[in-house]
Amino acid sequence: MSSHLHLEKLNKNYEDLKALNNLTFDAHQGQLISLVGVNGSGKTTLLRIIAGLDLPNNGKIIFNGKELNINDLRKIATLVFQKSIMFNTTVFKNVSFGLKVRGVDSKKIRNKVFDSLSSVSLQGFDSKKASNLSGGEQQRVALVRAFIIEPQILLLDEPTANLDPSNAIIIENMIKKILERKSCIIVMATHNLHQARRLSSFIAHLHYGRIIEFSKSEKFFAQPENKITQKFVSGELQF
Amino acid sequence: MRTKLFVIIIVVIIILIGWGSYTYFNTKMTTKQLLIVSTTTSLYETGLLDILKVEFEKQHPSINVSFISQGTGLAIQTAMRRDADMILVHDPVRELKFLQDGYGVNRKVVAYNFFVIAGPSSDPANVKGLSPTEAFTKIKEAGEANFAIWVSRGDDSGTHAKEKRIWKSAGFDTTELRTMSWYLEAGTGMTATLRLTDEKNAYTLVDLGSYLNNYANENIKLGIIVDAGKDILNVYSAIANNPKKTEVYGSNFDASMKFIEFLVSDGVQQIFADFGKDKFSKPLFNPYIKLLERGNNQELIDWIQDLAYYDGIECPLHYRYEADDLYQVIHKELIIAPIILDFQN
Amino acid sequence: MFETFIEAIHQAIILIWKGDPEVFSIAIRSLSVSGLATLLSCLWGLPIALGLALSSFRGKKLIRGFFNAMLGVPTVALGLILYLLLSKSGPLGIFQLLYTPLGISIGQSLLITPIVVSFAASAIESTDIGVKDLARTLGASRFQTDLAVMHESTWGIILAIVASFSRAFAELGVAIMIGGNIRYVTRVLTTSIALETARGEIAFSIALTIILMIIVFSLTFIINFLRRT
Ligand SMILES: Nc1ncnc2c1ncn2[C@@H]1O[C@H](COP(=O)(O)OP(=O)(O)OP(=O)(O)O)[C@@H](O)[C@H]1O
Ligand SMILES: [Mg+2]
Repeated sequence: MSSHLHLEKLNKNYEDLKALNNLTFDAHQGQLISLVGVNGSGKTTLLRIIAGLDLPNNGKIIFNGKELNINDLRKIATLVFQKSIMFNTTVFKNVSFGLKVRGVDSKKIRNKVFDSLSSVSLQGFDSKKASNLSGGEQQRVALVRAFIIEPQILLLDEPTANLDPSNAIIIENMIKKILERKSCIIVMATHNLHQARRLSSFIAHLHYGRIIEFSKSEKFFAQPENKITQKFVSGELQF
Repeated sequence: MRTKLFVIIIVVIIILIGWGSYTYFNTKMTTKQLLIVSTTTSLYETGLLDILKVEFEKQHPSINVSFISQGTGLAIQTAMRRDADMILVHDPVRELKFLQDGYGVNRKVVAYNFFVIAGPSSDPANVKGLSPTEAFTKIKEAGEANFAIWVSRGDDSGTHAKEKRIWKSAGFDTTELRTMSWYLEAGTGMTATLRLTDEKNAYTLVDLGSYLNNYANENIKLGIIVDAGKDILNVYSAIANNPKKTEVYGSNFDASMKFIEFLVSDGVQQIFADFGKDKFSKPLFNPYIKLLERGNNQELIDWIQDLAYYDGIECPLHYRYEADDLYQVIHKELIIAPIILDFQN
Repeated sequence: MFETFIEAIHQAIILIWKGDPEVFSIAIRSLSVSGLATLLSCLWGLPIALGLALSSFRGKKLIRGFFNAMLGVPTVALGLILYLLLSKSGPLGIFQLLYTPLGISIGQSLLITPIVVSFAASAIESTDIGVKDLARTLGASRFQTDLAVMHESTWGIILAIVASFSRAFAELGVAIMIGGNIRYVTRVLTTSIALETARGEIAFSIALTIILMIIVFSLTFIINFLRRT
């Protein structure tokens, strides 16, 4: 059975500010949904709510027909943060953390961690201190660390921001590989429209807490319905 | 590497704590009876009590004696709170109060010495050889003429109380003296007071032990100006806690009595007589029982009994408790009799 | 003055070199009594610090403020209060803790609890809040999250523990009021220093002070060294 995520009328207010405003959308297993939109449009806010790190003021998150609370969400979803955060310890311990807290036995953990590290060309990095790695390497660790726990929902917050083009390609290829397995739903926030076009099944345009355009990748660029989206993709959006 | 060091640290910590608990249980679970003697700092600091401890525990292997040294007032308070089993102090007035309030029994005068007036060897007030009250009077006069300075301990200790009494018997009121520029108040311990006196080239009243120790350690250059006289007599007495007041946690009355008997025993009286001779070439204390036995210095005996007896009795009858042997007319055999008995069983 | 100091250093060297058994046993007693105090204070201080740092509830600021205020509590004041409590005629007299090493340990552990709580809580709070989110999003339970955050602040917590040990080790008020400075039983470095100073053995007490400071400094040094490796 393929899994299905449905967000229903999510609202999130920060005092007067409506960071999310009646937000609704659907995603299915094997899809990658890109969230695009200007700074402050609510991308991170949405990802954190799906990850179960923040509570919406109201609205529902339904997964496979069941409404989930914050604890359920934390079990099935994992978020790779916009600003990569490392535990102050080795790469190995960083990557193995999610497995360890799930009680996986240590031999299995070792095998899995070494496999995953070599799949992203980080073999031999396991005993290095994570905080000493370069930004690109850290981002790879962050991605491996998230994917190794085989989440049903993988949330990526601007995974290639701050990376040079070649590192960005490495990360994109990793995401593609994950996508090919069709094992999870991926929701990714990005400012890179080309990247969104290359990876997404659907693109959602977030504008001040609302989704104003939600369409297939090709259509989003070729003939978006919303006027603001038209300007946004042509780079003419004025503030 | 790092984990190894961590393990080492943890092991060290565990060993230390283990040792700590061990020392704790060792002292706590010892089958020995713990006797706590509350005493004054000036007596304790001489080091005499450490010698007495060794000697006493040799004679009474089943008893462990510990000394808590505090100011005279606090020392008596500690016994009143039953945190100590007996007191060894030098303040006849407060001792009487302790007896009257029902906290203590079986008081016994054990030793005496003299406070001394220490001052610059040049003796600007010219008081050498005078009686204490005369000396105080002349120091005051010299002070007013800007020849001399007096440093008062000023901390309500036993020594300070003594000093105030001498000023009073010389006819002066210390509350008035305090306002004068030649009269300084240190408000601290004896060593600090002595150093201040030394720096100011002043006079002060000090117990013999503190003086000799600080002099021997070259902390001060002051000399002894006056060292005898009824007014600077200092008498040490022992009093056991009243067992009727200490029943709650069991009393160490028997052990306290053994210690008092020990203090007046021949051997210990000799220790009093000898202590300090090797280091200062003069003894710090004088044994009272020996003085009585010798009986050749009636004037001194009168001074002591005047100061430290209550209407001519060292411990009034109704403050005695199962201790008649202790108050027999001075006679060697009788005093050491209890200890001899003790040896036999 | 200068001569006294030279003399003191000379004495200190002799004491350490010859291994004066009494000074040695006093130093060991100091270490173990204050070590036990530190252990006890960690037992309740660290959970309190974690609770204060990681959760939010009404009155949290008040509790933090209380512990901050207690940081500067005069040791004699605490010693006096504990003395009155532990005295045979006080409410806790039945435990017979007065004039025992365990009594000192308990007193010191109360003295240093505010240090453990305040310093450890600050250390935990100052770790990146992202770490908490990271642990959670990787599926850690509440407890596992707390552990991860604690692990991030390990050095801060160790420094808090070392600071509180040093405070216990170098304090006088509680040791003298609760311990009574009984030779072979409750005499620790600070009470010996007080006694020797009062006796006018200035050089000897400076020598003891030097030993005390050597222990405190080498502890700090070891910790800093480990931290670098
Ligand atoms: N904890 C918070 N408290 C108050 N306001 C917040 C908080 N978090 C986010 N906001 C506000 O909510 C709005 C949406 O923020 P969000 O971080 O979701 O934007 P974003 O789309 O991720 O932006 P960017 O592209 O810069 O990452 C912003 O205006 C932000 O200031
Ligand atoms: Mg963002």
